Amino acid sequence: MTEVRDRIIQIIAEQAMLDPSELKLDMSPQDIGIDSLGLVESIFAIEEEFDISVPFNANEPEKSDFDVSSLGAIIGAVEKLVAEKV
Amino acid sequence: MSAKKNRDDRPAKAQRKPGKVKNATKIARTMLGRVIMGRHADGMRRVAITGMGTVNALGRDVPSTLEAMREGRCGIGPLDFRDVDRLAVRIGGQVRDWDPEVYFNRQQIVLYDKFTQFTLLAAREAVEQSGLVFEGELGLRSGVVLGTAAGGMNTWDENYRTVYEEGKNRVHPFVVPKLMNNAATSHVSLEYGLLGPSFTVATACASSNHAMGMAFNMVRSGAATVMLAGGSEAMLCFGGVKAWEGLRVMSKDACRPFSATRNGMVQGEGAGVFVFEDWEHAAARGADILAEVVGFSMSADAQDIVMPSAIGAQRTITGAMLDAHMRPEEFGYINAHGTGTAANDKTECAAVAHAFGHHADRLMISSTKSMHGHLIGGTGAVELLACIMALRDGVIAPTIGYEEPDPECALDVVPNEAREAKVGAVLSNAFAFGGLNAVLALRKA
Repeated sequence: MTEVRDRIIQIIAEQAMLDPSELKLDMSPQDIGIDSLGLVESIFAIEEEFDISVPFNANEPEKSDFDVSSLGAIIGAVEKLVAEKV
Repeated sequence: MSAKKNRDDRPAKAQRKPGKVKNATKIARTMLGRVIMGRHADGMRRVAITGMGTVNALGRDVPSTLEAMREGRCGIGPLDFRDVDRLAVRIGGQVRDWDPEVYFNRQQIVLYDKFTQFTLLAAREAVEQSGLVFEGELGLRSGVVLGTAAGGMNTWDENYRTVYEEGKNRVHPFVVPKLMNNAATSHVSLEYGLLGPSFTVATACASSNHAMGMAFNMVRSGAATVMLAGGSEAMLCFGGVKAWEGLRVMSKDACRPFSATRNGMVQGEGAGVFVFEDWEHAAARGADILAEVVGFSMSADAQDIVMPSAIGAQRTITGAMLDAHMRPEEFGYINAHGTGTAANDKTECAAVAHAFGHHADRLMISSTKSMHGHLIGGTGAVELLACIMALRDGVIAPTIGYEEPDPECALDVVPNEAREAKVGAVLSNAFAFGGLNAVLALRKA
């Protein structure tokens, strides 16, 4: 699963135009400098990368099953979806 | 000629009785706000609406649409078109069982995309109601301005399938004249012999408000005697909904504007067309004037490509009232943009609260998108019907699907049931993606 983690960090870092080493797991998308549109684009990139469907509605991000509160939470949620896929 | 000239040249009351006027500013205000028969004191013409027509998920004409709005009926349901099972969002305000052969012949259908078909049907109803015949001078002095965001989307979708999915190397010769955004405008002009200024406006969700605003200004300034105005959209096809799905702002279950439980917008389709006519021209022929268009304002947020700005919306709302020379207290109802997204509804409510001050608590604001869905480039046109119903019939269309108050939308949103109320003036809001805003002001005729 570390591989999944690194790939997600890479995607988010690219979106935020930062170096992956600058990201910390407890950072929120806002801390990283990603706005709502950037988040939607990151989720699209994650779906493409892992061939999964992420249940995310920008109108109620807090209500969806997919936790986007922090980078660590996003990684956890994607790992779960990737595991369910197999 | 002489009678008309005398009437226009007659000095305004404020000038005739200078003793009653305290200062120059007051004279200016009085002059600007004054209406002398069919003209404003500044020489601008008054603008009457003398016809209206529509096709949308609530009905295929104005009476059935207004009845549905009065009853708070929902036109949103499961989408029905090819490959809908490959979509995550499967609801919409679709015009059910649409069969163009009921309204058009074969030669017409090969040239009319669905957005043109909707437009022509709406125009037919509007022109019939107005009783106008565009012959001679009137044809030369009349035009068409319509809004659409996507134009012939169904035609794009079908023909991309042909060349990409089916691998064919030949398409029908009329693909281009069918899909072009100005097709609907041109066919209306062809149908009625309208030889004056005619064009199409594309400003996403504000398209038809911009189009009607343009028409209003053209009749007001004297550039045209009659303008057919409104808009149309037919994006409910696989490619159209798939594109919207990507943005993740669509609801999968319902459009619930202003409700704390709202979770996104729902698309609709259809058209609305109105006859905007020089008031003197309409009065002289004894036309039934449905409402008066009194103000229009447009602006750009210059801030974000999708997130709305409360300041931009507020500037535009205030601008429309100033353009109408009316005070906030004179307005009783606003047909909201009210898309049912988290961002729009709270931003719009903040803008209304700022623009109206204490009067915000005394006016009604509803979103009929909860019933007919968001018609994107045609939405303002269908929503103007609710404005005219408020002025003419004293019935305020409700915001249906309302479940729970949202402290960030703390206005009277006319939840779930239509209300009887007398209003003298109304606003219709449209705030588009791209930060382009357009607000119209109407007054009881």
